[in-house]
This record gives sequence, C-alpha cells and structure tokens, in this order.
Amino acid sequence: MRRDDVEAAIADAYRHEWGFVLAATVRVTGDIDVAEECVQDAFGRAVAAWLSRGVPRRPGAWLTTVARRRAIDVLRHDASRTRALSVAGATEDVADNDVHDERLRLIFTCCHPALSVETQVALALRLLCGLTTSEVARAFLVSESTMAARLTRGKKKIRDARIPYRVPARADLPERLDAVLSAIHLVFTTGHTAPNGSALVRRDLVENARQLAEMLHHLLPDEPDVTGLLALIVLTDARHETRVDEDGTLALLSEQDRSRWDREAIDEGRALVRRALASGSTGRFVLMAAIAAVHAEARSWKDTDWREIVGLYDVLMRSWPSPVVALNRAVAVSFADGPESGLVALTALAGEPQLANYGYLASARADVLRRLGHRAEARVAYEEALAQQSNEVERLFLRRRLRELEV
Amino acid sequence: MSEYLVLIYAEEAALGASAPEMFNTMMKEHEEFGTNNAASLRGGNALEATSSATSLRRDAAGKLVVTDGAFAETKEALGGYYVIEASDLDAAIAIASQVPAPFGGVEVRPIRVFD
Repeated sequence: MRRDDVEAAIADAYRHEWGFVLAATVRVTGDIDVAEECVQDAFGRAVAAWLSRGVPRRPGAWLTTVARRRAIDVLRHDASRTRALSVAGATEDVADNDVHDERLRLIFTCCHPALSVETQVALALRLLCGLTTSEVARAFLVSESTMAARLTRGKKKIRDARIPYRVPARADLPERLDAVLSAIHLVFTTGHTAPNGSALVRRDLVENARQLAEMLHHLLPDEPDVTGLLALIVLTDARHETRVDEDGTLALLSEQDRSRWDREAIDEGRALVRRALASGSTGRFVLMAAIAAVHAEARSWKDTDWREIVGLYDVLMRSWPSPVVALNRAVAVSFADGPESGLVALTALAGEPQLANYGYLASARADVLRRLGHRAEARVAYEEALAQQSNEVERLFLRRRLRELEV
Repeated sequence: MSEYLVLIYAEEAALGASAPEMFNTMMKEHEEFGTNNAASLRGGNALEATSSATSLRRDAAGKLVVTDGAFAETKEALGGYYVIEASDLDAAIAIASQVPAPFGGVEVRPIRVFD
C-alpha cells in the first residue's frame, strides 16, 4: 500500500467517520475526553496497520473496533477513570449497536441548550466533524488557546451537570431540535459568507454544515425543519460556483450566470422542499428553503417571483420574527413593489439594535437609493456598509459600486 | 443518580409589594410541587429577605468584617432552594421547571461530589 493512498484514506476517514467512531466509543467510555483519546489513538494506529495490510473495506468499523478495544484497556488500567463514568446515560444498554443513533445522541449532547451557542457549535465541529481544535479556532477567528478552553469548559459542563447522552423525549424534541438546527445553520452561514478574510466562501465550513445536516436528515427523515435545513444548504450552495467572478469580485444574484448553477443539486433541494412543505410545516428552515427554491427555479433574475417570495417572508415573520428576516423581506419588497416601497420598509428598520452593526442593512439601503437615482445618499450608505464589512470580496464589491456612483 | 440544588431567585421588591392572596397562592403551589415531586426531593427551605442577611468577609489583614446585607447586591435575590435528586440534567430541568417562581426564576446547579 502506498503511503499517499493510506494518508488519503486516513484524511477521508477523519472527514467522514470521526463523529461515527467517537459516538460509538463514548458509549464504552461514558466519557467524551477518554473517548477522544481512544479515537485519536485508533487513527494513529491506522497508519501502520493500513500501510502493511491495506485500507479496510469499512474504515469506520475498523476504527471503531480499535478505539473501543483501546477504551476497554484504558478503563481496565485506570480505575479512577472507570469511576468517572460521567456522561449520563452513556452506558445504558450498550448492547444496542445502532450506530446512527449513537451520532444522534452525540448531536443532542453537543447542542444541549444548557451550553452556550458558541460552545455548541465548537463541540459539534470538534466531536462530530472531527475538526482539530486549531481548525475550529480558525473557523471562528479566536486563538487556539481560547478555543481549547471553550471546548474543555463545554465538556466539563457536560460531565459536571450530567447533560445526558440521549435523544430527547418526543415532547422535548421540537425545542431541542431547534437548538441543533440553529447550530448547524450558524456553521453554514459562517462558511457561506465568511465574516472576514480574502475568500467569500469557506468551503470547509459549508461542507461540515452540509455533512451535519445530512447526518441529521438521515437520522430524522420525518422532521420537516431538518429536511428544510438540508434543502436550504443544498439550494444555496448550488449557486456557489457563480457567486464570485473570475476576477474575484462578488456577483449578485441578479448578475450570476444561472446556466452554471448546479442543476442536480437544485433538483435535490426542490424535492426536499416539496417534502417538507407537504407536511404542512411553517418551520423557519422550511420557509427559508422554500424562498431559496423560488430563486433557484427562476430562469433569470427578471423571472423571479418576488410576490411569492414576499408572501413566504410574511409567513416567516409570523413564525420567526427577527430583524434579519425583516431586512430580507424589505429587500424582496423593493423588487416586488419597487424601490420606493423597499426604502420605506428599510427605513422602518433603522432603529433596530440588532442591525446596528449589520453591514447588510446599509448595503440594502444603498442599493435601493442607487436604483432610485439618489446618488449622494447612496454613496453615504455604501460608505457606511464598507465600514461595517470585513470580508474582502464583499468590500471589493462595495468599492466597485462607489466608483460607479462617482462617474 | 445525582443531586442538584435548585436556587429560587426572586425580585424582592415585587414579592414584597404583592397582595397577600398572591403569596398564599405561591405557598400553595410550593406545597403541590412538594407533593408531586416527593420522591425526588431531598430538602429545601424558604429564606428570609436579604434585608435580614449578614455578610462576613475577612479583610487583607485577616480580620473579620461583619456587614449588613447580602453578599452580592442584585435585583433578583436568592429567596429559597430545593435539593433534588435526578438521573441527569434533563430530569433535573423537568423537576426544576415545576418550581413556582413567579417573581424571578430558578437556577439549577449540580451538587459537587468529592471522591
């Protein structure tokens, strides 16, 4: 076996099997830290073993067996750790080998509402997606030591407060599921438009979010909001090739070459949206996915059914009122009813504290002002948006607009 | 099984200004809570107002300083507590969510176990 092939197989296993192997090992150890050590150890052993004997047919199963065996050894040799069997519910009915359920347990543990949202997201990326601490730190623009402390605190809270390693009861599921979906959505939005830096999109985060959403959809196929979130990710990401021009500038939805959108992904996303809507759900991810589907279905920017989009935003505002939703609705209004109506809707949002430093309010205002021909006011708004935007690709776009207004 | 302390926080001003019937209703709700959760309850008490509290600290020289009032001045003060037994945090939250706390809320803290 060539070293390159083995290394590629290990890298692939990190991406796709880590959460699966870890979740199965937590069941043996009852402790996330010990399980992490054992899984790390199994990945370490895989290099030599796979070099001499080849990559196993099911790398995940191989790694799970080795990690669990290691866990039993560790627990046997370290009585203090056996006493610390600490993840509540972890070692009940170990005979039940439903590995998918194992990951589901881990998802609900990581995204328990008793943990802060930052901690939930960090734990999900570290424990389910197998990102290293430094990768998670980079994803959220904090130092590695800060992230290490956050992860340690999170795991300590799981242990000390006995956050259960269990899928919540049916009655608690909607609320608990919402926390999980919010965490995955945050990973996606962070990746889809990176908060700063030179790249618009962080593929790694988008893919991790998609992987988590797929995992959850596979485990809970009948939950409309799960289906909705996956659809939203698939449909939004279907446009990723066209969001930046060849010269690295931002291409708006109106400027994108729709022939380069991923049609297969769009069909997949639309099928998911149909399925979620058929349940009669008006969950926020179902509605956001439905809006993404309307954009995806439009043959051209001109063909966009803005009336339908405004209608969907109206329903969304009822089930999930938020200033960001109101902002997006206002933009849709500016296309459905014209820029004057859009400006009225945007002006009404001026005092929203949640939008005070959200650059998209200023850039949305700038855009309607530009369309209305109020050049001076539009320039002021673009300057304001520029001051609030840290992503280089977005900044480049705003500067381009400013230059156009100077001519 | 683990033990958790359920701390009941209340806005003392609002509690003090409430009508006697409101207070009686709250006491009745606590009795009902006690009856419904008898199997999980390990103890609990209501506390007198923070105006009755006395705080003790030692100054830099190690000398005891006795002062009037609660340790931390906050709008919502500790007004009572329960000690409950629960299998995990979800079970503890299920019990704690039934604790009457009309003038504030409750905080759930695992009781530390020393080996």
